[in-house]
Amino acid sequence: MTPLDDTDRRLLNRLQEDLPLTPRPYADVAAELGITEQDLLDRLARMKADRVITRFGPFFDAAAMGGDFCLCAMAVPEAAFETVLTKVNAHPEVAHNYERMHRLNMWFVLATETPEAITATADAIEREAGLTVHRFPKLQEFFIGFRVAA
Amino acid sequence: MIDATDRRIIEALQGGLPLVPAPYAQVADDLGIEEAALLDRLAALKARGVIRRIAAAPNHYKLGMTSNGMTVWDVQDDLIGELGAHIGALPFVTHCYERPRALPDWPYNLFAMVHGSSPDEVEQKRGQIAAILGSACRGSDILYSTRILKKTGLRLKAKG
Repeated sequence: MTPLDDTDRRLLNRLQEDLPLTPRPYADVAAELGITEQDLLDRLARMKADRVITRFGPFFDAAAMGGDFCLCAMAVPEAAFETVLTKVNAHPEVAHNYERMHRLNMWFVLATETPEAITATADAIEREAGLTVHRFPKLQEFFIGFRVAA
Repeated sequence: MIDATDRRIIEALQGGLPLVPAPYAQVADDLGIEEAALLDRLAALKARGVIRRIAAAPNHYKLGMTSNGMTVWDVQDDLIGELGAHIGALPFVTHCYERPRALPDWPYNLFAMVHGSSPDEVEQKRGQIAAILGSACRGSDILYSTRILKKTGLRLKAKG
């Protein structure tokens, strides 16, 4: 991976905010940062290739589409971990999944197009894995954001 | 709710926005609609909150943030709104939510993600959160992530 320079860092911070809905959105952001459109596109492509950025595009809110999100957790025995992981990740509703150091060691987010699909999917995973799926829907959101030192 | 055209737009964009000078024109072309119509649709989806923003999802590991802790707190219910807002405003907290407890195993109702370049840095930040919560917090834990097992974002299912 190419180390990030100061321009990459400024770009990464700017790109975590909204891209404008204009015909040349990258040129507009490039102008804000004092770089060329091509330089911006090259840097963005490189950071995606290096997996510094996992995705660039719209962030959808399943709840606003009439769907829902839910954080779920399971206590998976170490010996069964990979088997259970394959079953869990096979569900397209599983948007993210993280292994964490805790008795509850598998934490995943379900994103579904209907609220009922949360229960249906979590229940299906429970059956397939033979493990309880603890459900932690958000009751209140306080903030989302992240800055790298520029 | 979203109509059939919105749905096609979301499907076209869920993998990401093209990295070309005129990305919306390219997507509109793929969908067989005018660029102006696509921009109007996207503006409407944003106004309704279906699209939160068009932005980059950073990979904290690759940015040197190799210690990623989900801090969890058992906060007095009548104070969680005020304290949650305070914790969520901390510059090193990336996500902060109130969630239901799962008693008796899980007494925690406030979740705050903390990223740092070392476990020491994360622990130091966790200490700052503990100091803010003070006696309104009856217990806490931290769950370090050891592996990203999947990260795709929302996927619409194909509708037959």
